[in-house]
Amino acid sequence: MQTRPNVELTKTVLTEPVAETLQEKVSVRNLNFYYGDYKALKSISLPLYDRKVTAFIGPSGCGKSTLLRILNRMYDLYPGQRAEGEVLLDGKNILDPKTDLNLLRARIGMVFQKPTPFPMSIYDNIAFGIRLYEKVPKSEMNDRVEDALKRTALWDEVKDKLHASGLGLSGGQQQRLCIARSVAVRPQVLLLDEPTSALDPISTAKIEELIYQLKVDYTIAIVTHNMQQAARAADFSAFMYLGELIEFGTTDQVFTKPRESRTEDYITGRFG
Amino acid sequence: MNDSSMTLYKRRRRRNQAAMVLSCGAAGAGMVALVWILATLVLKGASGVSLAVFTQMTPPPGSSGGLLNAIFGSLIQTLVATLIGTPVGILAGTYMAEYGRNNGLTSVVRFINDVLLSAPSIVVGLFVYEIMVQPMGHFSAWAGCVALSILVLPVVVRTTEDMLLLVPDSLREAASALGAPRWLVIQKVCYRAARAGLITGTLLAIARISGETAPLLFTSLNNQFWSVNMNAPMANLPVVIFQFALSPYEDWQQLAWVGALLITVAVLSLNIIARTLSSPRASDR
Repeated sequence: MQTRPNVELTKTVLTEPVAETLQEKVSVRNLNFYYGDYKALKSISLPLYDRKVTAFIGPSGCGKSTLLRILNRMYDLYPGQRAEGEVLLDGKNILDPKTDLNLLRARIGMVFQKPTPFPMSIYDNIAFGIRLYEKVPKSEMNDRVEDALKRTALWDEVKDKLHASGLGLSGGQQQRLCIARSVAVRPQVLLLDEPTSALDPISTAKIEELIYQLKVDYTIAIVTHNMQQAARAADFSAFMYLGELIEFGTTDQVFTKPRESRTEDYITGRFG
Repeated sequence: MNDSSMTLYKRRRRRNQAAMVLSCGAAGAGMVALVWILATLVLKGASGVSLAVFTQMTPPPGSSGGLLNAIFGSLIQTLVATLIGTPVGILAGTYMAEYGRNNGLTSVVRFINDVLLSAPSIVVGLFVYEIMVQPMGHFSAWAGCVALSILVLPVVVRTTEDMLLLVPDSLREAASALGAPRWLVIQKVCYRAARAGLITGTLLAIARISGETAPLLFTSLNNQFWSVNMNAPMANLPVVIFQFALSPYEDWQQLAWVGALLITVAVLSLNIIARTLSSPRASDR
């Protein structure tokens, strides 16, 4: 899907490693993960840098979504899944059993592969998350909802039907609503699990544009199957294969001068 | 096509036609039975419907009267039974679908619930007779309500569990990912997504109990007079129908037909409302 080669080029140029200081927002250290007896992740260590986009790439089943779902402890919803090792968010280990999961998830937002609007109005979809942790007067709530919808470029499309059901929107609009919903609770980290794989190219382009704007404020991790998308949207890329982290580096380095032959094979389409 | 495949083809066509005739016939027989019942009810009952039916008490034989005490008794007992059975049923169904999805308790509860779902209602009547009527020493409307609520329970448990299981996990994950605690996810997202189904289940449960006779025979029995005392026997349509229809008095039999028509219309309306709510279009809303 090489529809926009020019954009791709400019952005690759922009993400050239710069001499600015990088801060580790999240540090994954020696992380192992098990589905029952099956070991799905093998000693993964990597950083997520503050206000940068990091892409997890690799063939299906390599563990990239699993890794993402550890970062907000989504796996805790299901019995039989467990993680070993450390995931530090601002230096605090979130795998600590004493971690308050609800507070953690309010700080680390997540957007899923398929749009998941709640069965309520567009307005309430966004207000739902805000109401969880903040008591906001009506007028401020209106501003917060408007702000979230503007950030996701949805405002002009829905401002006249804020109280219509969120289920009535198109797939791309629903996904932007879900991103707006996550952004509205003001998290520090955003996890995107193949956010565009169910969308058409135009909606995809809108969401990639959105990612580019959101990284001014948020640390973003994105799982994607789409190499061009990783190259366009991410500052850093992590290539995973069979539960192992094969290579981590700036997107530019991983895509143009991969150190590992398996990375090169995957990126050039020789397997996966 | 050669000859043998031609005969094979013809044989299949004949079989197809035979199967179609049989199934159409069976469907027709079902329709005829239903229409016949409805027609009989309307023919025999409609002529007896008058204002008196809704304003006067059940009469002694030979004098004029209505069904007011029985209609009121049925409404109040159905209402109280629903108020007792529905919350318990919804909470139990919620446990099974949300908290204990794969554990042993859920399988046991589901099995027992299925048994209860198909338990003869006369057994439930006898049971409540033993635990309430006997110790209290008299029949009462409360006992009737408890008996009916035991019949409401399994229907609501079953539909609640089924409807909540239809809510995709991705919706639960999405709500959890915003930092919502479990009970809020269930209350604000899952219940809302399953709302049409939950209402449908409750309506079907009400429809199920509004015609039950056997459990009430053992519990609230009947009352010839106007009574709002829940601690005393209370009239209700099914038992009145049972008594009046078997009596030799023509005016009583007429009232029984009217009562039967009223119950049927009520149950039919509940079913139609339930169907409308659970149609795919309604659940989108």
